[in-house]
Amino acid sequence: MATAPKRRGWALLGLAPFAVYVLLFLAVPTLLALVTGFFDDDGKVTFDNIAALGDRVVLTTFASSFWVSAVTATGGAVIGAVVCYALLGTKPNGFLRSVIDSVSGVLAQFGGVMLAFAFIATVGIQGLITQWLLNSFGIDIFQNGVWLYQVPGLLLPYLYFQVPLMVITFMPAMEGLKPQWGEAAATLGATRLTYWIRVAAPILAPSFFGSLLLLFANAFSSYATAAALISQGAQIVPLQIRAALVSETVLGRENLAGALALGMIIVMVIVMTAYSALQKRTERWQR
Amino acid sequence: MSRRLHRVGAAPSRTTRIMIFVVIGAIFAVPIIAMVEFTLRAGLDGGYSLGHWAAILDPENERKYRALFVGVANSLVLAVVTVSIVVFLLVPTMILVALRFPRLQRVLEFVCIIPITVPAIVLVVGLAPVYAVVVQVFGSSTWTLAFAYGVTVLPYAYRAVQSSLGAVDVVTLSEAARSLGAGWGTVLVRVIVPNVRRGILAASFISVAVVLGEFTIASLLNRQNLQTALVQVSKSDPYVAVIFALLALVFAFALLFIIGRAGVARSIRRAP
Repeated sequence: MATAPKRRGWALLGLAPFAVYVLLFLAVPTLLALVTGFFDDDGKVTFDNIAALGDRVVLTTFASSFWVSAVTATGGAVIGAVVCYALLGTKPNGFLRSVIDSVSGVLAQFGGVMLAFAFIATVGIQGLITQWLLNSFGIDIFQNGVWLYQVPGLLLPYLYFQVPLMVITFMPAMEGLKPQWGEAAATLGATRLTYWIRVAAPILAPSFFGSLLLLFANAFSSYATAAALISQGAQIVPLQIRAALVSETVLGRENLAGALALGMIIVMVIVMTAYSALQKRTERWQR
Repeated sequence: MSRRLHRVGAAPSRTTRIMIFVVIGAIFAVPIIAMVEFTLRAGLDGGYSLGHWAAILDPENERKYRALFVGVANSLVLAVVTVSIVVFLLVPTMILVALRFPRLQRVLEFVCIIPITVPAIVLVVGLAPVYAVVVQVFGSSTWTLAFAYGVTVLPYAYRAVQSSLGAVDVVTLSEAARSLGAGWGTVLVRVIVPNVRRGILAASFISVAVVLGEFTIASLLNRQNLQTALVQVSKSDPYVAVIFALLALVFAFALLFIIGRAGVARSIRRAP
């Protein structure tokens, strides 16, 4: 027994490489991102950058980010929930489910730049749908200007990855609805509508709103699709960080990227905390 | 009385289900079809041809597409290094925690989930100074980017490995092996790893897919990978950019599909 503490010491050493790695490439960059906003170029503490978060231009971009995230999260959550509903009753191990899972994974997590291309090919100026509507019906979707490369243009591509993410995150909760509950409700004389309103909806609500928050966070933090579509300007927060990183002249304030990063992190932490609180409520029903 | 009246529970009727799948499936297929259609366009005056696909293989275009091939090569190297980080750094740590420090399980999970809350665009702000140091130590080769990618894949890799690791009783297994005279090395390589092989495989595949799709960090740290090359090439030759984007999407789909089916095969075998 005497060697036990010593052994434990060696085992602890085994954790060191991972700890060092996470410290260097996760903890340090995160802290640096949060802290640089509080310093000026000479390394002196300043609140100028943080004050810049109250600037009208910055507030407008945060508002655009909120708007895009809220709209696509709501749309994605509703459409995704409908898909999950349709998936109920299909075989969990079936071919169809595997295909939908894999497609959802690809679109939700690895699309980025490629989704921007897909939408340029679809509703770009020469896009398949644009040309079809124009040639067959005489409808010009860009009558009031080309919106694809502006903030409204983000809505369709974002929905294209939000819906699959909803399918991935919401499906486990849907599958948690036990058939017995439906049978019990039916024995007591409930119609299917009553079952949905009085049994299924209250059980699914925390998970639905939790997933909605996750979708919001996902849209709020995504950069690649927007960067590939919008090459000029900084209409949403991630693009403003790009502008601040690439040129130091935004608003004439240096280290603004750090302040913007801090603003993003605050939003993300609030959203993700609410998400995990809702997630805990969800897990009650998934045992 | 018809069967419909007796239907209870949440599942939709067959008609409803098919209608939902057809409508939403059709809408989601449009952008992919548009991509395929775009790559087949012969020119501005209309008509279709396989010209743009054939052009990729034409040696004459090698210089034109060099950035793209460099990007693909870089991304593949990054994928290999990132998977190594997952397999040789994350997996041993997770096994060690499961065996000797069960109390640290929650801490490890928390650390591995953090990258979801810290978006890549925020991480990159702090990574810029870190990479100023990395360049001095390891040089400015592209593979060093894998250190950052190792962090971005943490949540996915952790979940994949944990779902396997949580399903086996590693403590009992390792005690059994130890009491039969196995050293720790043997326990790790011949007892535990074979049991969590599927999780490790899934984690590796997901990591490859994430690395191939990564744009944010590479682009803002001025490195070349597949995605930054796609954006660059799309400005001069959008057709070939869309072709490569399609291929990358199909490849990522294949990786995830294989993970999914492997999981199914295993759970069927396990069922009594």
